[in-house]
Amino acid sequence: MERIFFYIFALIIIVFALASVMSHKILRAVVYLLFSLLGVAALYFMMEYNFLGAVQMAVYAGGIIILFIFSVLLVHHIEGELEEPTFTRKVLMGLASLIGFGAVMSVILTHNFITVDVPRASTEVSEIGKGLLSYGEGGFILPFEVISILLLAAMIGAIIISKSSKKG
Amino acid sequence: MIANVSIYEILTLTTLLFFIGLYGFLTRKNLITMLMSIELLLNASVINFVVINKYMFPEMLQGVYFSIFIIAVAAAETALAISIIINLYRLKVSVDVNETETMKY
Repeated sequence: MERIFFYIFALIIIVFALASVMSHKILRAVVYLLFSLLGVAALYFMMEYNFLGAVQMAVYAGGIIILFIFSVLLVHHIEGELEEPTFTRKVLMGLASLIGFGAVMSVILTHNFITVDVPRASTEVSEIGKGLLSYGEGGFILPFEVISILLLAAMIGAIIISKSSKKG
Repeated sequence: MIANVSIYEILTLTTLLFFIGLYGFLTRKNLITMLMSIELLLNASVINFVVINKYMFPEMLQGVYFSIFIIAVAAAETALAISIIINLYRLKVSVDVNETETMKY
């Protein structure tokens, strides 16, 4: 049963990702990307990382896709068509991607991953929060604080960069 | 782990997603669509972190922390890049990579 659902979600992710990188209409490409990211969130829910799935839906579907749609509407016409890449470019880049895919897959399939099936750790939000804020061994307090500074810097930077400079 | 689904199937899925994103990044010429391809690349790597955490070290949560950090960095990067793109559009009236040749206006 889980296997069938996994393959359905995998199909959704791959098909919409392909549609997103190949679509000629830019707004449609953004919406295809949204469906692909929602499929990824479904994978997280299947792996019982509920918090991560919720973050994926809130940040990507709620935040980043909205940003993309706003920027598309500010920069293009709503029916904006993209310039088609030349045929040789498509073939060459597709070939390069296929070669890369083959190389990575050959490494993955020959490597023996030792999977274990012990009872999982608690993935409650409280456990994740405790781990993020712990000072002890395996704690993530320093990266957590660095990320908070980074988000503040990105926010200020975005405001300053996109503020229209009248004199410029 | 997901019942009856091996780690190889999920890693195949993420590799495929990564190279679809790479193909999009190499063929697109519009800055916004290139940014969307980068989102696909980042997502594929985040799934890898989560899957390896889940299948090989299920008693720990380190992969989840790294995924949260990657998602936060991706959000910050997207916000900054879109503000740069909108500013570039004001200066050049185009968001094509071929049009943006100079770094200073």
